[in-house]
Amino acid sequence: MTSLVGRFECEAADAGCEVRRTLAADFADALAESVERPAVGAPLPFTSVSLPEYVTTDPTPSDLDAAATGITPAQFAVAEYGSVAIRSTGGSDEAASLYPERHVAVLAESDVVGDMTAGIERMGKIVRAGGDAVFATGASATADMGELVVGAHGPREVTVVVVEDR
Amino acid sequence: MSRATREGKETREEKAARIRHLLATEGESVERNTKGFNAGRYDAVRELSDYEELKDEARAIKEDAISRLPELIEQVRETVEENGGTVYLADDAADANRYIREVCDDADAETVVKSKSMTTEEIDVNDALEADGTEVWETDLGEFVVQVADEAPSHIVAPAVHKSRETIAELFEARFDPDRPLETADDLTAFAREFLAEKIADADVGMTGANFVAADTGTLALVTSEGNARKSVAATDTHVAVAGVEKLLPRFEDLSPFVELIARSGTGQSITSYVTFLTPPGDAPTLDWDADTAGEGDRDFHLVLLDNGRTDLRGDDQLRETLYCIRCSACLNSCANFQHVGGHAFGGETYSGGIATGWEAGVHGMDSAAEFNDFCTGCTRCVNQCPVGIDIPWINTVVRDRLNREGDDRNFDFLVEGLTPDEESGRLDLQKRFFGNFSTVAKWGSATAPVSNWLARTPGVRALAERALGVDSRRDLPEFKRETLRKWFESRGGTRVEGANSGGTAAGVREAVLYPDTYTNHVAVERGKAAVRTLEALGVAVRIPDVPDSGRAALSQGMVSSAEAQARACASALAPHLDADRDVVVVEPSDLAMFRADYRKLLPETEAERIADNSYELFEYVYGLLENGGDADALRGAERETERGEQIGYHSHCQQRTLGLERYTTAVLEELGYDVSTSDAECCGMAGSFGYKREYYELSMEVGESLREEFAGDAQVVASGTSCCEQLTALRDDDVPHPIERIAPRN
Repeated sequence: MTSLVGRFECEAADAGCEVRRTLAADFADALAESVERPAVGAPLPFTSVSLPEYVTTDPTPSDLDAAATGITPAQFAVAEYGSVAIRSTGGSDEAASLYPERHVAVLAESDVVGDMTAGIERMGKIVRAGGDAVFATGASATADMGELVVGAHGPREVTVVVVEDR
Repeated sequence: MSRATREGKETREEKAARIRHLLATEGESVERNTKGFNAGRYDAVRELSDYEELKDEARAIKEDAISRLPELIEQVRETVEENGGTVYLADDAADANRYIREVCDDADAETVVKSKSMTTEEIDVNDALEADGTEVWETDLGEFVVQVADEAPSHIVAPAVHKSRETIAELFEARFDPDRPLETADDLTAFAREFLAEKIADADVGMTGANFVAADTGTLALVTSEGNARKSVAATDTHVAVAGVEKLLPRFEDLSPFVELIARSGTGQSITSYVTFLTPPGDAPTLDWDADTAGEGDRDFHLVLLDNGRTDLRGDDQLRETLYCIRCSACLNSCANFQHVGGHAFGGETYSGGIATGWEAGVHGMDSAAEFNDFCTGCTRCVNQCPVGIDIPWINTVVRDRLNREGDDRNFDFLVEGLTPDEESGRLDLQKRFFGNFSTVAKWGSATAPVSNWLARTPGVRALAERALGVDSRRDLPEFKRETLRKWFESRGGTRVEGANSGGTAAGVREAVLYPDTYTNHVAVERGKAAVRTLEALGVAVRIPDVPDSGRAALSQGMVSSAEAQARACASALAPHLDADRDVVVVEPSDLAMFRADYRKLLPETEAERIADNSYELFEYVYGLLENGGDADALRGAERETERGEQIGYHSHCQQRTLGLERYTTAVLEELGYDVSTSDAECCGMAGSFGYKREYYELSMEVGESLREEFAGDAQVVASGTSCCEQLTALRDDDVPHPIERIAPRN
């Protein structure tokens, strides 16, 4: 039987994401391979996993416009859909995951749930605590210009960095 | 931006011209896109092991939500207000617009950015705001295209589905005169993104719709792909969400089946890029490009819940189901007519496709529904595709029936009184009355054949038929046979199965009634004879009693009372046979669909149930006989040992496929040695009488053309439905019989 994270990796790749697995200790290297600077981001809530110093964490609108990459934590992921849940906190999560051309979501392997029923239940906890969040699956896209175009108003490329020991 | 209301009633010729124009200008894009969505949907729902369970769950949630809608409205008002937002329940479009204008006025809004929302199209909010001097920009790229083109959406999910990349490029070049040429879809997207990014940055108010609203948490669910809805909210400090009251779900967790079904049912993706859950006002900082600051996130939030006829729809026993609609577009994409003309023909003021008849009748009134209701031919291909199981053809039939009753076409009443005695009011459109009473016409046709056939070919008569009845003169009319199937059967002495017909049937001999539908009895008599020979070869004692018309023709024209009366008469005629444990075997799939499905709406439940349980499609029955020891060698395939592997194309009938009965014909043909290829086209385009009608002839041929192409390489083709056979015969210029004629013993 495929592990939850294996299923997630498969589905997220199908949705057009790049998925990188890493140990917390190697996080900085894994991240560096996915980031194009300048980068903006929101603080990561995982023990011993943090954003490098070059990442602007409270971006102004002009920082957002200039950024090539936005790095945010994923609250959790839904394996069957390859979706990550990005919470819109009082910080810059929503904007950093939306404005730059590339979004890097950092996911703890222990935060992968199996199906949408479990996903909605978990989402319900965020919602009931008054939070906003989005299931993001792959890059933004449109078919409105006569054919499929990846990269509409939101990011064109999405990487999910899975921290295996978190 | 509603479609221009046409002055007075369009003539058949004008309607034909309008359809011809749309086929030429928009047909190709619409067809490519909708067929892509439709194929994607089949693939995407196949991935779900619990698809049917999810649909049932979604349906149950909607039924529950609509049944206690007033309570949910009060609940969401409390939750949203507790969260710090405002709820406004708008009676109608004017009321909603007045409130939204006030909100924009209070926010000193110069620019409003919107994400895609059909509900805001329904109320024409853009016009209302622009009248106040407010700039309104649609940020969904498809909506942006139709806004720039000053057109109405042609599809409820993909509003610019009628436009090709080339026409969009021309439009942008003409309107914006860009610095560099816009050639690829990437160029066009990048240009629009940049253009709209400025508008979003400048905007004061962000307006969204909502796919669902959870009453217990006050959460909006937005299903999007581009990211524009997220930006429209993130970048502004006033958020107005406009949603019909039917969008309310009791609990947040109720969203689960809908999240799984909505994108799959619509564009065929498993999920869209973004499914956003906003419980406003929320925490995300508001972005201010002028000051270059990210603010505190103190958004002003207004939820405008729109009634606009929905409470009346809720009280309407026949149309209530419309409110279960999640606007996924499955019924648009799976509709053969929609696939060719799109929503600019198959749509009312705002909504398009099969379910639009319910929406338009509810929110804009019968006139808007009347414009396009005929495009639903009742083929039923959408029924199994709807994620909440709405009987969309029934909604169209009910609206057609109501329209028939308020019609004003009295011109030719003198011609039909007597010829077509029915239960309808004298105001029924003559064309509908003619096609709805086809069995009466057929009786007269056989009784007077060949004179009736000569007469029907006479140019003057065809011209009159086209003028008075709208029967297109380019169509070959059915040729009535002097000797009906029943007469032939009687003259050969009834069934030839041993032990039958001599004061009882021998023990162990199976007895079946072959239902003499109008076409099989009067026109396609050969297929009836072939059915008798096949059943007898498999040991079934056949009877062909005098059973009247099933009511299919009347129902297809929206003549519900006539259909009901005919269903009752048909049921009475079948009752003694059912009492005697005889099976009912039906050749024509549309009549079988009456027995199996539609009668549940027309007859008392137990009576309908008994007919449904004991009636069989001809090949379903033959398959069952073969599976239960019937001797395939008695059929024609067996004698063709050298021809095994003979290629044959088979087009099943739309209603037959909805009932899941296509596979029996394929299986039997294969068992008899044929190499069968089947069609993907949802419908042949003839759809009963649709393709005969003057105004729809060209569309019907266009739909049929797709089917013809599928069988281009097949030397022989068979089809189950009469109208499919006629359509394919016309398109291929070659005889296309019922498959029973390929397997029946010769004598």
